Amino acid sequence: MSVGIVSYGAYVPKYRIKVEDIARVWGDDAEILKAGLMVNEKAVPDVDEDAATIAVEAARAAVNRSGIDAQRIGAVYTGSESHPYAVKPTSTIVAEATGATPVMTAADFEFACKAGTAAVQACMGLVNSGMIDLGMAIGADVAQGAPGDALEYTAAAGGVAYIIGNKESELVAVIEDTYSFTTDTPDFWRREGMPYPEHGGRFTGEPGYFKHVTNAAKGLLNKLDAKPEDYDYAVFHQPNGKFPSRAAKMLGFSKEQIAPGLVVTRLGNTYSGSCMMGIAATLDQAKPGDRIFATAFGSGAGGDAFSITVTDKIDEMRDNAPKVEELLADPIYVDYATYAKHKGKIKIA
Amino acid sequence: MIIMSVPRFWRKQIARYNLVGTQCKKCGEKFYPPRNMCPKCRRDGEIEEYKFSGKGEVVTYTVIHTAAEGFEGQTPYVLGIIKLEEGPSLTSQIICDAENVKIGMKVKPVFRKLGQDGERGMIYYGTKFVPESTDKC
Repeated sequence: MSVGIVSYGAYVPKYRIKVEDIARVWGDDAEILKAGLMVNEKAVPDVDEDAATIAVEAARAAVNRSGIDAQRIGAVYTGSESHPYAVKPTSTIVAEATGATPVMTAADFEFACKAGTAAVQACMGLVNSGMIDLGMAIGADVAQGAPGDALEYTAAAGGVAYIIGNKESELVAVIEDTYSFTTDTPDFWRREGMPYPEHGGRFTGEPGYFKHVTNAAKGLLNKLDAKPEDYDYAVFHQPNGKFPSRAAKMLGFSKEQIAPGLVVTRLGNTYSGSCMMGIAATLDQAKPGDRIFATAFGSGAGGDAFSITVTDKIDEMRDNAPKVEELLADPIYVDYATYAKHKGKIKIA
Repeated sequence: MIIMSVPRFWRKQIARYNLVGTQCKKCGEKFYPPRNMCPKCRRDGEIEEYKFSGKGEVVTYTVIHTAAEGFEGQTPYVLGIIKLEEGPSLTSQIICDAENVKIGMKVKPVFRKLGQDGERGMIYYGTKFVPESTDKC
């Protein structure tokens, strides 16, 4: 039985801050940072945007792109590490604002940067078991990075929603299979009540990102008896530009395969939205029959790999909602002070 | 601090999230916020739910520099009256630089945070408007 993507929708706030503006405040060398991170600027939320509003905009874009009746959605799962409430689901807000309520199930997911792809897997299971007709999986974040921390250069805002179904005539892309690799690896965390995450510095690299991404990717390639050259495109979780480029090289994927999905240089790391945004940017330009290999990573730690084939349906749907390129175009640049205001880093008595 | 009880907001939540109002089936008049009775047709009227497209134009606006409690962090911001293409007008924040907002400007709806009840209370979400031509302003 086929399962796959019925529709997708992305949202990126219109504000950006350049690495230079952050580096100036902390006395860092912007050129060294830009070369090392392969990130030039990152998306900044408006003063009244949070993970819930971003998730709603992405979800509405997904519904509008396909024109499906939102009442068919039987599950809404929102993955984020910046849910506005500690207790009170983001997903009920999204479901209400997209018109999917009330006969449906909902929950919030959290697995660092891969909560959104974990939600995709849950929806695939529910759809294929026949429990629901369509499921909506969202990855949305207003990512946190402590002032002056290395994360501040990349922690960005954005979200992506995927509607998962199994009626072949409705699918814009078939998900042939998924494979996950998960271990207990404390490379990154945020304790209850703390405003910013902590991380293990270089420890987030080899034992975190690379181990889980390469094992998940190799596991799926082996399971499908596939090779990197069988795919037209590849997307790897993009906490910066360097990690996915290196992971692609380690696995045998080319620079050309990852180029369309490598949006991190102009967007930053949207955490739960990161890999899903890369897949959306790739779907925006893929042709029917093209194959996409994707692997998300979440600290803590795990990797979710997906093998995707685009269908003829993509050409009918693509233009019905904003493409990632359009969302990235013509940003409004803000300075560090405005960024601090937008992120609520300035406390007003 | 927003002085609004949780149940009071919740009762109007769908109207605020999705611009759901009402219309009178008899005379076609549309209402936002929703009315339970048509003031023209009175007891002969027949009220039903109506979802507005959200497209409209700016009737008038003002720029807030001295905000009410809870909105200090957002100044300067634009507050305006939007006339929806189906007829009714409503007051809303317009997400646009004060220099770029114009009377007659076409707008479309977005989902945003309307406010919050301090650090511990509820977060209120709903509809605001952005210029239709481009998301930039």
